[in-house]
Amino acid sequence: MIKFFLMVNKQGQTRLSRYYEHVELHKRTLLEAEVIKNCLSRSKDQCSFIEYKDFKLVYRQYAALFIVVGINETENEMAVYELIHNFVEVLDKYFSRVPIMISCLYSNNNVSKTT
Amino acid sequence: MAHFRGLAGWRCPNTRPRVSRKRRGAFQGQRSCVGMVENRSSVHSSANVTWKARETWEEEKLIQQELTNLKATVSAPTTTLRLMKECMVRLIYCEMLGYESSFGYIHAIKLAQQGNLLEKRVGYLAVSLFLHENHELLLLLVNTVVKDLQSTNLVEVCMALTVVSQIFPREMIPAVLPLIEDKLQHSKEIIRRKAVQALYKFYLIAPNQVQHIHDKFRKALCDRDVGVMAASLHIYLQMIKENSSGYKDLTESFVTILKQVVGGKLPIDFNYHSVPAPWLQIQLLRILGLLGKDDPRTSELMHDVLDESLRRAEINHNITYAILFECVQTIYTIYPKPDLLEKAAKCIGKFVLSPKINLKYLGLKALTYVIQQDPNLALQHQMTIIECLDHPDPIIKRETLELLYRITNGQNVTVIVQKMLDYLKQSKEEYTIINLVSKIAELAEKYAPANEWFIQTMNAVFSIGGDVMHPDIPNNFLRLLAEGFDDEKEDKQLRLYAVQSYLGLLEEEDAIYPQKFLQVMSWVLGEYSYLINDEGDPEVIMTRLHKLLKKTFVTSETKAWIMAAITKIASLNPGSKTVDKLIQEFSTSLDTCMRQYAFELKHLCEDKDLMKNLLPLDASCDDMVVDASLSFLDGFVAEGLSRGAAPYKPHHQRQEEKLSQEKALNFEPYGLSLSSSMSTSGFTGRQSPTGLSFGSDISGNSTEMGQKEMSSLKLDGVKKLWGKDGYLPKKDSKTGKEDKLEAVPPGSTLGGNMVDHPLSEADQEVVSPSEEEKEKQQLASTLFVGLASNNAVSLMGKADTTTQKFKRKSKISETQNSEEVPSIQHDATLSSSPLPEAQSNNNENIQSTEHVRLRKTSLSSSEVLEASISFKRPQSLMEAGLDAKLPDCRLSPSSLFADNNMEVFQPTQVIPSVAASKASLIPSLSEELASNPHSEAVELCSSDTLAVNLCKVWTDDCLLLVLFVANRSSSALKNVNLVFENSEHFKVRKL
Repeated sequence: MIKFFLMVNKQGQTRLSRYYEHVELHKRTLLEAEVIKNCLSRSKDQCSFIEYKDFKLVYRQYAALFIVVGINETENEMAVYELIHNFVEVLDKYFSRVPIMISCLYSNNNVSKTT
Repeated sequence: MAHFRGLAGWRCPNTRPRVSRKRRGAFQGQRSCVGMVENRSSVHSSANVTWKARETWEEEKLIQQELTNLKATVSAPTTTLRLMKECMVRLIYCEMLGYESSFGYIHAIKLAQQGNLLEKRVGYLAVSLFLHENHELLLLLVNTVVKDLQSTNLVEVCMALTVVSQIFPREMIPAVLPLIEDKLQHSKEIIRRKAVQALYKFYLIAPNQVQHIHDKFRKALCDRDVGVMAASLHIYLQMIKENSSGYKDLTESFVTILKQVVGGKLPIDFNYHSVPAPWLQIQLLRILGLLGKDDPRTSELMHDVLDESLRRAEINHNITYAILFECVQTIYTIYPKPDLLEKAAKCIGKFVLSPKINLKYLGLKALTYVIQQDPNLALQHQMTIIECLDHPDPIIKRETLELLYRITNGQNVTVIVQKMLDYLKQSKEEYTIINLVSKIAELAEKYAPANEWFIQTMNAVFSIGGDVMHPDIPNNFLRLLAEGFDDEKEDKQLRLYAVQSYLGLLEEEDAIYPQKFLQVMSWVLGEYSYLINDEGDPEVIMTRLHKLLKKTFVTSETKAWIMAAITKIASLNPGSKTVDKLIQEFSTSLDTCMRQYAFELKHLCEDKDLMKNLLPLDASCDDMVVDASLSFLDGFVAEGLSRGAAPYKPHHQRQEEKLSQEKALNFEPYGLSLSSSMSTSGFTGRQSPTGLSFGSDISGNSTEMGQKEMSSLKLDGVKKLWGKDGYLPKKDSKTGKEDKLEAVPPGSTLGGNMVDHPLSEADQEVVSPSEEEKEKQQLASTLFVGLASNNAVSLMGKADTTTQKFKRKSKISETQNSEEVPSIQHDATLSSSPLPEAQSNNNENIQSTEHVRLRKTSLSSSEVLEASISFKRPQSLMEAGLDAKLPDCRLSPSSLFADNNMEVFQPTQVIPSVAASKASLIPSLSEELASNPHSEAVELCSSDTLAVNLCKVWTDDCLLLVLFVANRSSSALKNVNLVFENSEHFKVRKL
């Protein structure tokens, strides 16, 4: 199951966040800070999956932007890793034209993916 | 969209110039934030400002200002809906940055209610982002949703369904359910799909409310639109996870769907990098795995399609790896088929040996999953595993340790535990520590090769795990020490070594230990320090404990443990000076607890007999008889009542009264009595405050007794602590092969089974092993030792008794010989009143009651078999953490079932017939029961003619004891009566 979806830049600022489980606001900030710290501390030749607390993080870097997805142990890491890429490809396709599509697609994409 | 650009004119003048200046330059920046937002211009300003604001304080200042402005705007009555939409987008952005904007929530709901399409959309989006399931404002949304669901505008229906599938109050489901059900027949596929998604949400939050539409899910599964079908798979995955046996008939449908997907029959839109609908495939593979588990017939149906999936996924792309991983998992989950297993193993090999790190991780994960069923694979990849153990990436290391944990046995435990401890020393992460520490503790208890090693490992566990580890670990450890094992001498040595080791640790002046560790130490010293009396002075021990009491880092809870230890030692050594000093010192302590302990100690010291009586030597395991009903206070209560005191009211009654007084407003919606009655599914029976008093409450209503008993039993029975003997499950037909493998040196084993290129490498290793390689191979031989040989042992029908050091006195296997002791055991402790009725009569009575406690088989047929065996049951069901004692179960034709807190009913389903051969007399539960957590069937007693097995099943509301009566003779059974004697069957024990 997907717990959250984050886009964070290298400076550690959240650019987009979506939580599929309720997390309190102040905890979100803490979580995001720690998550990005974890991702930034890893080099390119280390694997893209991190065990973090009682769940896992799958991250992918696009230039200065990190996309991080929090999943629980039932999820297939590689499938989520590719889901991120799928998401980015769709963004690429739609972005310049219809921004509203992103939010639509975004929610659909995850509803159809969230177990 | 261009017309939105000029729309920011409502902003307060003081922010305006700044924002608009920034706006021109930083158009790029907003890319990433637009995901949340509907229209471009609205967020430009705030997004750009914060984008520029590198410093957090600057950002905070800006956002706070923005929020103040927004607050004023949204609450102004003149604000138009259009403007409100803008505000919502801004609020979403602020919340995303972590600034609360709860003042806008209600306006989001209003916007969803009143706006035109776009505004409504933003309103719904804001609601789904702002609120959570239990938010009280969510109820206000229900009306809007109902209205939109009935709208003729498709977009509105879609929006309503979307928001329902994301967030909806559980208690309001009945209000929209019929509407959503109707949408399943809608002509537009997007509506049907969203309706299925909404129902999935309902299934997750309130499964019993959608029970009646299960057949409609089937329709959705067969929908001509792929999207609808895919959506319904989520529901099925969830339902099959909970009850796989109910959906076996759908296996063929799932197989057909997967075949079509794999065969590329779906529209090309579903392809991802030319792989057809990969996530759908993964979903289907998971479902198949759940369906085929332990079911040869169902598994057979899916062999072909799994083979096909493996074959089709041969393109080298990440997404095919993901599918392959899922495939491998499914193949190893379902009933095994040799050639599929071989292919899957090959696949794992490819993963593990891959230079791509992500694939390696996936391979290790698969290997960890597979290893329990096929330890051969670990042998094949041992060198890779060793390399991963020293991998620079800690995540890979961690995964490898997980794998090693699964293959631990008595021979490699020291090496593996050492590796785990090494990892722990580098790790700071709390969750990792908790997790690994409990694994180490488990392994140490299971496989410890020597006392010294065990104690030292546990010391490491306690010092590293400190106060974050699971409280079960110290409890189990102490229990292990206290209860001992088969050998009295061994027990003594272990305890002695523990005492010595702790004394050594306490000797160090400045060492600081975690509280839990100190508690363990003080308990052990208190209980067992007498063991070293020959060589150690109790005064020394007490001085050390005394010193601890004065340390500032010791918490008051730990101090209580230490005081208890001192009291115990003091009772063995009367007239100790340290005790006197201690009493004096703490009698005037400011800490009231300490003062209390000191006084208690003082009084005890004055009454030596009482002290000896109260603190007997080495009696921590003895059961204490506690009169939980407090019947000895009856006189006191009666006296109080006669003096006019108010009678005692149980807690819940008091609360009810309080509630009824307070309840002035009715918060429940009218006309929804259905939902409220459905949601209160828990039992509402009266609960007596006396807790566990089975004895003194005989007159009480029997269902209540049962419930009480079950709830208390269930609590204890949750943790299974002493289940497995070794790590290897029984295996067939593979030992020969493994033995061979074991005999070959590790290097060549590797080479022989290598899948790809490293073959030559491996050969080289054998020819000229460098120093480093030698070291690794040595490590390999220590790590993987015993993997194969263990198997052989377990094949012969014996658990690996030789490798497991610490074992409970009562083993399951011992009970099997109990038929040799056919003496009738009397249990005289409590009177159970046997009913002078015929059993049939009894059964009738009991069947009429609704609460089912105990399933009992009662066999009868033409011929009478006079079977009268009796047995004592030594196994105390310790493995369930539950000390339910059924000490005497006597079989005799004339005895009767008599017990006031158990009920018996005839099995509704015939228990699977047991074959005639003795070997196969192990019974199995019916499917319905097997889906619940249950213990293994344990043989209670047996004779040449009869065997009785017991199995515990924990269902939602009760504990079922299932008794299997098997007839080993050729003659038929006519009548079997089982008697449970005495009413002390269930005792809840506390350590």
